[in-house]
Amino acid sequence: MAETPSRKPRLVPVPSEDAAPFRGQDWLAPNQERPQNPEVDPERLSDVDEWGRSQHLRDILARLYDPIYDRWFRVEWEGFDRIPREGGALLVANHAGAIPADAPCIMHGIERDLGRPVYGLADELFKRIPLVNLGWSRLGGVQAHPDNAYRLLREQGQLVLVFPEGSKGPGKTYGERYQLRRFGRGGFVQIAMRAGVPIVPLAVVGNEETMPIVAKVPALSKALGVPYAPITANMLALGPLGLLVPFPAKMRIRVLDPVVLDVAPDLPRYSRSRIMDTSEAIRHAIQEELYDMLARRKSIWFG
Amino acid sequence: MGRRVLVTGIGTFWGGRVAEALERDPGVDVIVGLGARAPSVELERTEYVKADESYSILSRIVRATGVDTIVHTFLAVDSSQVSSRQMHETNVIGTMNLFAAASQPESRVRNVVVKSSTLVYGSNHADPAWFAEDSRRSARPRHRVERSLLEVEGYVRDYAADNPGVTVSLLRFSNVLGRDIVTPLTRALEAPLVPCVFGYDPRVQFVHERDVVRAITFVLDHDTGGTYNVAGAGVLPWSEVASICGKRLLPLPPAGRIALSGLLHRVGIDLPPEVLDLLTYGRGADNRRLVRAGFDYEFTSAGAVHAFAEASRLRHTVGEHQPYRYERDVEDFFRHSPAVLRSPPG
Repeated sequence: MAETPSRKPRLVPVPSEDAAPFRGQDWLAPNQERPQNPEVDPERLSDVDEWGRSQHLRDILARLYDPIYDRWFRVEWEGFDRIPREGGALLVANHAGAIPADAPCIMHGIERDLGRPVYGLADELFKRIPLVNLGWSRLGGVQAHPDNAYRLLREQGQLVLVFPEGSKGPGKTYGERYQLRRFGRGGFVQIAMRAGVPIVPLAVVGNEETMPIVAKVPALSKALGVPYAPITANMLALGPLGLLVPFPAKMRIRVLDPVVLDVAPDLPRYSRSRIMDTSEAIRHAIQEELYDMLARRKSIWFG
Repeated sequence: MGRRVLVTGIGTFWGGRVAEALERDPGVDVIVGLGARAPSVELERTEYVKADESYSILSRIVRATGVDTIVHTFLAVDSSQVSSRQMHETNVIGTMNLFAAASQPESRVRNVVVKSSTLVYGSNHADPAWFAEDSRRSARPRHRVERSLLEVEGYVRDYAADNPGVTVSLLRFSNVLGRDIVTPLTRALEAPLVPCVFGYDPRVQFVHERDVVRAITFVLDHDTGGTYNVAGAGVLPWSEVASICGKRLLPLPPAGRIALSGLLHRVGIDLPPEVLDLLTYGRGADNRRLVRAGFDYEFTSAGAVHAFAEASRLRHTVGEHQPYRYERDVEDFFRHSPAVLRSPPG
């Protein structure tokens, strides 16, 4: 799936006085400490950045995703203004649905309505699958290595989305819906501490119902090397097409107050108990918000 | 008292060019080039010693010439050119002998520069996007060349630890592109269809051949010890590299590459397994440590690709220029004859 190069001549913009330092806009100092900004670098033919993300491709696919976002899932945000307009932040949310629709919705919503790119940290599994890894990285998927997160957050001041439940979240069956799984070992807190960025928790309702898992086949998942092999309600309704078509549940996303960690960045170690306390507090906060939103939700499909 | 330099692998691509650059430096008094093959560039004041890298010869040379600088370029990183046993012999045993010779009591060595490769990081799916000099590999090395380079780096570290008075610079070079160098990647990019792995479009990084030689002389001039990644700024997807060279891609199936490699070999494209890994997952090396030490890159990764594409197009139009052929008698004349003026007249 080769990137079609654009050979249109590019107008190189004059750098503005208040250009953000880590967007690479000081292109007058080429090839030294700043990362190249592929959108203005005259030597580049495409705008694929160092993480594999292409704004150009993202814009094209965003137009296709708009109807899904607006009409199918009818995503509604609460507290959208709490997402920082500049600087790095670690967005943390609950994760659900056999093939989760929450990640694309969160990323699409923020990129469209706030105008900032969002990079989604995901398991290295994605990087291994042919073709899928291409689409995933072109849209902002980044493998969840702590060095990657540090560079994105601290050095480039980007928004990074992570799901601390990992694959345990989407692997929940319908009976366990909205009961948050353990937030890993608190790795996301340590990443935010080291990068010196706030954590912005998000509570997402509706993702569980887009592709609910009715049963799992452990033997198949072991054979395929995937975290879980689900039988979803969509598959029961639509057959094999069920893996591609999510149910039109209404998605609500509530942004909680950013958690500013009271520690110095760039330390080699952080107190393990502090990390676990913060992680548990955030998990609890998201869980409480979920209960609140679920209590107010009158209908799965219409909100 | 100027520098007295020993360059290993004078007959290789890098040995000759490093010696060429050192010849232009007035602060270098003596250059001794050691290698199994004659140099392929025109050198004027480098003494060529045709020898293999056995310990006895190396120790005699180091003692007799009293060199204070060693530039070790004789590391094979292209596993399509040498057999694995030869690679082990060249890389590991040769380096071991070299450092043993440099550690002897009579040695006056004060500077050692070793040309290593970012192959030591490998290309795996669990890699971070950028490897810093102290980053760890994400998986154990599966390829012979990576294992031999890691062993070589082990020797370099041991030598540096045992000899704190010696400035040891370990330079890890990324994939080199340029006007003259031939590597599996350049051969792939000059093929009518550039091979790629189906379903993957990794980000790859390059360094220009001129920046390689400049980095080595920089590290000598500025006495910078330590480990450094030497790579052009930025990474670009393999498909874009092919587009810059004006070529289309030929996808190889991820499985069955071994079977296809026989076919590709016929066409002259040899893709060793570590290059296939690179074309699947890519590799980025963080080059900022050397930049902070004061080095100025001439080319970014994309710039190196453009330079390569231009040279390649020129080569296709006007053909190869004749490679330099080393003539023993002529070279001896240049070095030893009294008829040759040692300093310019007037």
